[in-house]
Amino acid sequence: MHPFSYTRVTDTRQALTAGRDGGRYIAGGTTLVDLMRETVERPETLVDISGLPLREVTVTRRGGLRIGALVRMAETAAHPKVRSLYPVISQALELSASAQLRNMATIGGNIMQRTRCTYFRDVSADCNKREPGSGCAALHGVNRTHAILGTSDDCVATHPSDAAVAFAALEAQVHLLGPDGERHVPFADFLLKPGSTPNREQALRRGELITAVEIPALPRPLKSGYLKVRDRQSYEFALTSAAVALHVRGGVIRDAYVAAGGVGTVPWKLPAVEEALVGERPSDRLWAEAAGRAAGGARPLQHNRFKVELLKRTVERQLRTVGDSK
Amino acid sequence: MSPQPQAAVGAPLSRVDGRLKVTGQAKYAADHDIDGVVHAVIVESTIARGRITDIDIIAADTLPGVLKVITHLNAPKLAYRDNPVTFPFPGRRLRAFQDDAVQFFGQPVAVVVATTLEAAQHAADLVKVSYEAEEPATDLTRSPAEDGPPPFAQPYTRGDAQEALGSADVRMDMTFRLSRNHHNPMEPHATIARWDGDKLTLWDKTQWVIGAQNEAASAFGIPPANVRVLSPFVGGAFGNALRTWVHVVIAALAAREVERPVKLALTRRQMYFTVGYRPAYEYKLSLGSTRRGRLTAMTHEMKYETSRYEKFWEANQALGQMLYAVPNVSQNVQIVPLDVSTPMWMRGPGYGSAAFAIETAMDELAYKLHIDPIELRLRNEPGEDPSTQQPFSTRRLRECFRVGARDFGWHRRNPRPRSTRDGDWLIGTGVATGCYDVFLGRANAHARLDADGTVVVQSATHDVGTGTYTSMTQLAADALGLAVRHVTFQLGDSTMPPAPPQGASQTMASVGSAVQDTCDKLRQQAITLAIEDERSPLHGVDAKNVVVRGGRLHVKGDTARGETYRQLLARNNRTHLEARGSWTPEENSRFSMYGYAAMFAEVAVDARLGLVRVRRMLGVYDAGRIVSPKLADSQALGGMVGGIGAALLEHTVTDHRDGRIVNANLADYLVPVNADIPDLKAVYLDGEDYRADPIGVKSLGELVQIGVAPAIANAVFNATGRRVRELPITAEALL
Repeated sequence: MHPFSYTRVTDTRQALTAGRDGGRYIAGGTTLVDLMRETVERPETLVDISGLPLREVTVTRRGGLRIGALVRMAETAAHPKVRSLYPVISQALELSASAQLRNMATIGGNIMQRTRCTYFRDVSADCNKREPGSGCAALHGVNRTHAILGTSDDCVATHPSDAAVAFAALEAQVHLLGPDGERHVPFADFLLKPGSTPNREQALRRGELITAVEIPALPRPLKSGYLKVRDRQSYEFALTSAAVALHVRGGVIRDAYVAAGGVGTVPWKLPAVEEALVGERPSDRLWAEAAGRAAGGARPLQHNRFKVELLKRTVERQLRTVGDSK
Repeated sequence: MSPQPQAAVGAPLSRVDGRLKVTGQAKYAADHDIDGVVHAVIVESTIARGRITDIDIIAADTLPGVLKVITHLNAPKLAYRDNPVTFPFPGRRLRAFQDDAVQFFGQPVAVVVATTLEAAQHAADLVKVSYEAEEPATDLTRSPAEDGPPPFAQPYTRGDAQEALGSADVRMDMTFRLSRNHHNPMEPHATIARWDGDKLTLWDKTQWVIGAQNEAASAFGIPPANVRVLSPFVGGAFGNALRTWVHVVIAALAAREVERPVKLALTRRQMYFTVGYRPAYEYKLSLGSTRRGRLTAMTHEMKYETSRYEKFWEANQALGQMLYAVPNVSQNVQIVPLDVSTPMWMRGPGYGSAAFAIETAMDELAYKLHIDPIELRLRNEPGEDPSTQQPFSTRRLRECFRVGARDFGWHRRNPRPRSTRDGDWLIGTGVATGCYDVFLGRANAHARLDADGTVVVQSATHDVGTGTYTSMTQLAADALGLAVRHVTFQLGDSTMPPAPPQGASQTMASVGSAVQDTCDKLRQQAITLAIEDERSPLHGVDAKNVVVRGGRLHVKGDTARGETYRQLLARNNRTHLEARGSWTPEENSRFSMYGYAAMFAEVAVDARLGLVRVRRMLGVYDAGRIVSPKLADSQALGGMVGGIGAALLEHTVTDHRDGRIVNANLADYLVPVNADIPDLKAVYLDGEDYRADPIGVKSLGELVQIGVAPAIANAVFNATGRRVRELPITAEALL
């Protein structure tokens, strides 16, 4: 670890000033401190924002849900409104990390977490994300856990968050506050595909602070759930995952929200699957047909070819699980 | 002497050191508070093969708090005498900064010593090493094997296996692949080194204090008597602390250079580089059988990885020779030298790897012949050791299977794959044999009975979580007729009476027999003192008729006539009685001695998603006398957990382009977590094996992991019809 200075802020104005001056925000610290220990991250100044008043979950006027950036993962998952309106979020969170980490990590930090690509986390390896221009060791290296969607020749790392997959599926908005004021960014635009600049991971401007994630009001009843496929039963990132939410009325699927995790450089929204579902009646055949479109455009690597088929099966299984549930 | 009543032995005692551990008072290597200690951090190589051309230490050296940066450019030449005491992997052991050669990825190339850990860590990152790199070879399957067998391995033949294979009713040829596994104990390796003149004290994580003592002495060219090694608590090891690795020498070297005590703890990442691993294997097994399932031939061709600087060996031949009554056997073992560090024995070394091949093959044969897999094994059960023609000291594998089949509900099994479903899950069951040597070594102990009626027993043995403190306390308590709370067992100090390394499951039998001998002698002394003492109520009684219970000596069958140790010592003005004892195994036992197990597993496989979940496991063990049942259970359940890891999760992954281990951390190297561990049950056959040793125990710590992985793999086959001959079994193998 390299030396750094540390300040705590108690209001957003202080935070923004410190952020504008190059300070890195830290809340739960569950990702950043790990990466600092590995010297992957070497911030000079840490700005502890844990004391900011961003710890509320509120129902918006239109009936959506606004989750403050500093609400802990565990608190979010357990929140009665989250549980009743969007079980897919609770499930995604509860299948993440460990109880100890969920008690520390915040929602803002969760969507900001950095990839688990082992080459990114090993400072002696080439990584364009960590050191632009050095190359991507994973592209032709050990890449079983890497992305098959949204990749580039410069980066094939997955985004690790489960909650972000649920947020992407539900078309959430990220609320940002910066020196130039407040703005809302659709989740799909917030996390960036690597392209030729994998070091740029979020559409954040200098000093901007995440204040909340807002889930829009979606048609009800909405059935939803999250499936995470991984080698061990707990405490592991997804090989593949699927977040599914369906609005079924009169025996017909009126709206579908589907995204996949573990496969994309960003949480991977699946519009082709959604389109195949809308207007149809639930059936095993429909689930298989729709899920068959999940891996369109996949670009598998040497060790992760199995993810193409596994992704389709994961989506199919979760469509069935949610679709058949009462 | 009259045999002592058994009270403590066999009782399900909790760990006597449990309170110390759960309250944080047990001091592990890095926990010792040594005056004036400074901190060392290792810088490791980022290439796997080549030369160091330059090391720039200026930035590190000038950082506040940094005392010294040691590299091969400024390190003193060390004696590195031959060390015949430590384990003989032929070759030239890795040395601390003695030349510019890089032999594997992660090799220590410098060490930074600073007054704070933070300064040392920061400075370590500022050391810039330049290399002339060569292309490394790290892939077992793509590199040539060495001509000739590795040390201690012999090409083995009995009968004519090729001929018998050719004429067999049924012949099967199979290739098994096992990935490299790391031990991953919870406690990372750590050493504190302090010099007092030319005397060295090491607080070290080790499974062999005397091994560490000798290795440090030979590295620095000082007499072993000048080195004291202390290791009272070890937080797991599984074999990787059986050897004294280079970081121990580095700690001592750094301490000598800066003239301060130095603490060096490896990071979790560094635990994947220099402290050994279970080597990757390629194991070709052919077997021939009659249609009725009598094995006629087995050939074993195995190769495994080692470093270029040492020839690693392990006991991978025994099972193929002695487990089943096969008339024709041939074995050929080869090592593949690679640009990697040297492997190290890991729980059930050799046996576990061979068992995966043999026990999966037996299941394949059983399926092919439509014979129940337990029945197939029983049909090939030998009456004597087929490799030596020796009688077995005890071999109760049949009973293990009989008891296990009943407890597990084996008769309900449908042998047809894919025949049992539970929703999306296919359910299957599998079985395998476990077997491990009864390995024995010479051990010594000392016991001192004080005037207050308490006793302290010492031996330079270890407790790496196995429960040695507790089991030895139980043995001593019974031998001396004392309550457990009046007995203190001490270990982990090289100045104590010598004991073997804590490996190969030999501690209970070997140290236990020495403790028994020592405490018997001490009790005898007390009895003699009493019966020769005219003032004792036991005066004149035949020693054979005196027993001790609850600290009181009395006539057998007449509890009224007797006195306590305290009364006896007080009256005789003795501050204490003491005895030294030992036990030496027979040089050439006429018995073949092994522990046996029947392992049962039930798995659920979501074949669509490639998920395997173990639902329950049962192990039935023929391990001789069980001294400490609760700790035996900890061993057995831990062995199953380790086996589940090896079967389904554990895999050290190397990037063969540059020899880098890519998952050198516990997030990416997967070991089972609680959620992966279902209902586990261990059953021990009641009985003793006094042919093995005077206390009737066999071996347990290794045995409990051997056979777990094949039982799971066989259950996966029963569930899915998919035969996986490669470990770990991952999603992609099942999709």
